[in-house]
Amino acid sequence: MKRALPILAVLAVLLAAIAIVNPFFLEPAGFLSFVRRAAPLVILAAGQYLVIVAGEFDLSVGSLVTVEVVVAARLIDGDEAATWAVLALLIVLGLFVGLVNGAVTTLLRVPSFITTLGMMLVLSGAVFLWTGGAPRGALSQAFRMFGRQTGWAVLILVVVAVAVVLLMRANFGRTLIAIGDNERAAALSGVRVTRVRIIAFALSGVSAAVAGILLGGFAGVSAQVGQGLEFQAITAVVLGGVVLGGGRGTVIAAMAGAFTLEALFTLLNLYGVSGALKFTVQGVVLIAAVAAGAIRLPFLDAPKLKGDAHAVS
Amino acid sequence: MLTMTGIGKSFFGVRVLSGVDLAVVPGEVHAIVGENGAGKSTLMKILAGVHAHDEGTIEIDGRRVSFGHPLDAQRAGVAIIYQEFNLLPERTVSENVFLGREPIRRGLVDRTAMDTATARLLAELGEASFGPRRLVKRLSVAQQQVVEIVKALSLDARIVVMDEPTAALAEHEVELLYRLVRRLQERGIAVLYISHRLREVFDLSDHVTVIKDGRLVTTVATEDVTSEDLVRLMVGRDLNGYFPPRSTSVGETRLQVTGGGNDRLHDIDLKLNAGEIVGIAGLQGSGRSELAKALFGADPFTRGEMTPVRPRSVREGIRAGVGLVTEDRKSEGLALRQSVRDNALLVTRAMGRGARRSGVRELLERVRLKPPREEQEVRYLSGGNQQKVVLAKWMTVAPKVLLFDEPTRGVDVGAKAAIHDLMRELAEDGVAIMMISSELPELIGMSDRIVVLREGRIAGTLPSGSAEEAIMSLAAGEVSS
Repeated sequence: MKRALPILAVLAVLLAAIAIVNPFFLEPAGFLSFVRRAAPLVILAAGQYLVIVAGEFDLSVGSLVTVEVVVAARLIDGDEAATWAVLALLIVLGLFVGLVNGAVTTLLRVPSFITTLGMMLVLSGAVFLWTGGAPRGALSQAFRMFGRQTGWAVLILVVVAVAVVLLMRANFGRTLIAIGDNERAAALSGVRVTRVRIIAFALSGVSAAVAGILLGGFAGVSAQVGQGLEFQAITAVVLGGVVLGGGRGTVIAAMAGAFTLEALFTLLNLYGVSGALKFTVQGVVLIAAVAAGAIRLPFLDAPKLKGDAHAVS
Repeated sequence: MLTMTGIGKSFFGVRVLSGVDLAVVPGEVHAIVGENGAGKSTLMKILAGVHAHDEGTIEIDGRRVSFGHPLDAQRAGVAIIYQEFNLLPERTVSENVFLGREPIRRGLVDRTAMDTATARLLAELGEASFGPRRLVKRLSVAQQQVVEIVKALSLDARIVVMDEPTAALAEHEVELLYRLVRRLQERGIAVLYISHRLREVFDLSDHVTVIKDGRLVTTVATEDVTSEDLVRLMVGRDLNGYFPPRSTSVGETRLQVTGGGNDRLHDIDLKLNAGEIVGIAGLQGSGRSELAKALFGADPFTRGEMTPVRPRSVREGIRAGVGLVTEDRKSEGLALRQSVRDNALLVTRAMGRGARRSGVRELLERVRLKPPREEQEVRYLSGGNQQKVVLAKWMTVAPKVLLFDEPTRGVDVGAKAAIHDLMRELAEDGVAIMMISSELPELIGMSDRIVVLREGRIAGTLPSGSAEEAIMSLAAGEVSS
C-alpha cells in the first residue's frame, strides 16, 4: 500500500483541480460519470499490470478491444436475444487471444514485445478485412447498458478491481511477482513459470474483452474504438510506479495510474487544451514516469535499517 | 619486471586481500595457488586493472603504476586470460585479435594486414589447426584459448595471467597448453599461472606463491617443495571455528541413488540418511553443484536408480521432499525485491499448499532471523540473513532431504554459526542433509562423512574428522606423483 501513495497523492491533486474548475464533479453523479469514463482504461491497466509485473508486455489489447466491439456489433446486429450469448463469446475470444500470446511468448520463446506487437497487427488486419473499414451491424440495448449506465459500469469496475486485488494476494499473484523479480529463483522454488505467465496473458486478454464491452456501449461501434489503448494502459501502469521488467509495484497503484491519466485528460479538456495534444501529453507522462522511477530508486528506496550494514543488493 | 608489494583490498568492508607481495621476472612461469576463495583471482584482477587496490604498490620495470582501468593495464603490458573467454563468437579469429584497434587503410579496416599479423602469431605459437579467417564459434575451447593468447601477444603483453586455464580443457588439450606456455616463456614473457591442479604447477612453474585467506603464505622455488608441502601450505591453518556437536544416531535412508548420471555426472552412488550431514568436497568444476541439482530435479539424472523417486523436474523433487539451498542466493535463491514473508512462502505457494501467513513469524524466529521483519525486502538483508530466509522457505514444506550448496559463502561469522546450528538441528529432527562446501574446515567440522567428487565422479568417501590433506589429495587426484 505504501508504494501506491505517491500516485494516489497525484490523483488527489488532479481531482481537486478538476473540482475547482467544474464543481459538478463533486456531486455523486458528476464523479461517478468520471469513474464510468475511466472504467475501461482502469480495467485494461489491471490486465496490463499482470503482464508487466511478470516482466512482459501486452501490446495487443488495443486492437483486441476493437475486435471485440466490431465482432459484437456484427453478431448481435440489433437482436436483443443474442446479447448474452455474444457477451460470453467475447470473453472467450479475449481469453483465447491472451492464451495465444502467452503460449507463443513462453513456449516458442518469442519476446512478448514482438508476440503482442504481431498480434496487434494480425487483429488490426483482421478487423479491416472483415469490415472493409466501416463496421456493420449494431449493438443491442442490453449490451449498451453496461457501458452507458453509470451503475453497471461502476459495478463491473468494482468487481474487476476487487477480483484482481484478491488474485494478487493469492498464490497466483505472489508467484507471478516472484517470476517477474527472479524467474530462476521462482523456478527453483517449484513455481510453474510457463503456466503462470500464460495465465497472466490470458487474463490480460479477458480484461481487454471486458473493456471492449464497456467501450462498445459507451463510445459506440467504430473500427478505431481501441486505437492507442495499449499505450494508454502501459502508461497508466508505469505511472502507478510499476517497474517495467517486472517484480515490483502493486495493482492498486496501476489502477490509480489509470484514473490519474483519465483525470489528466479530463483536466486538459476542461481547460480547453486541444484533444490533438492527448498523445503528446501521454508521451511526456510515460517518459517522465519512467525517469522518475529510475531517479527515485537509489534515494527513496535506501534501506531504513541502520543496523544492517552488510546490505548490498 | 613486476613487483607487487603489500597489496590489500576490501569489498564492502570485508577484507579479501591484505599484505600480499609478488615478484615476477621475465621468462618465468609463476604459479599462484590457494583454496577456492583464497584471493588469487582478486589479486590477478587488481593486476589487470579490473579492481583498484586499496593498499600497496605495483611496479613494472621499476616504475610505479596505478591501473584505474583494464586498458591501463593493457598498455603497461599486462594481459589476462579468464576462465570465461572474452571472444565474439560470430567474428573471425583475426577480428577478435584486433577488436577495437583494427588497422585502418584508406579509411577502411585493413583485413589483409589483420589476417597476416594473426597468421604470423599463430605460426609462432606452432598453431596450424586453424587460420585467421575462421569464425570463433567454430573453434574448440582449446583453440579459443590460443586466440586469447594471440590477442595478448599482439598487444605486446609481457605479463600474461592465466586463470585456471585447464579448467575447461580435455586431458589431451592440456599438453598443447603446456607447449603454448613454454613458447611464451621462450619469448621472455612472464606467465602468472593460477591453478588448483598441483600437477600443472609442478610441470610448468619455476616459482609458486601460496595464498590463503587473502594473505601471502610464502613464495618458493617449485623444485624446493613437494606436493605434500604445497597442500599443507594451502590448507594448514587452525581449526578454530566453532561447530555444533555431531549427531550420535543415524536414522533411515531418506534418499538413495545408484549409478546416477547425466552429461556432467557419472556413476554416482550416494545414500543420504536421516540425522546425518554428508559433506561434498571437490574442486571447482568437479560436479558438486551439478550433483545437488540432479538430486533436486533441476538438472535431472538421466541414468541410474533413485529412491524414493528420480525427479524429472523441480516440482517432482519438492514433492518427494527434497529442498535445495542454492549456491548463489541472489540469482537462484531469492526474489530480492520481494518481502521476507513472500520469499519465505514462495515454495508453499508455488506448490499450491495453503500458505499460512500466521506461521511465518515463528519460522523466522526458528531460523534466528534478526530482526524478524516480515515486510522487509530481502535485498536489504545481510548475506547471513538472506540465507536464513532461503532456509525458512524450505522449512515451510517440511523437507525430508535438504541439499546445501555453499551455505555459508559470503556470510559473516555470527550468521555462519547460526546456520551451522540450524543444519544440525534439522538433522536431529530427522532431515537428511547434504552440504557442498569449498571451505575444508567447514566440511570437516560439520560432516558425518565426506564424499569427494572429481570430474563428475565420486573419487572417494572419507570418515568424519579426516585431514584436509586427505580431502585435497582425493579432490586433486595427483599427490602420488
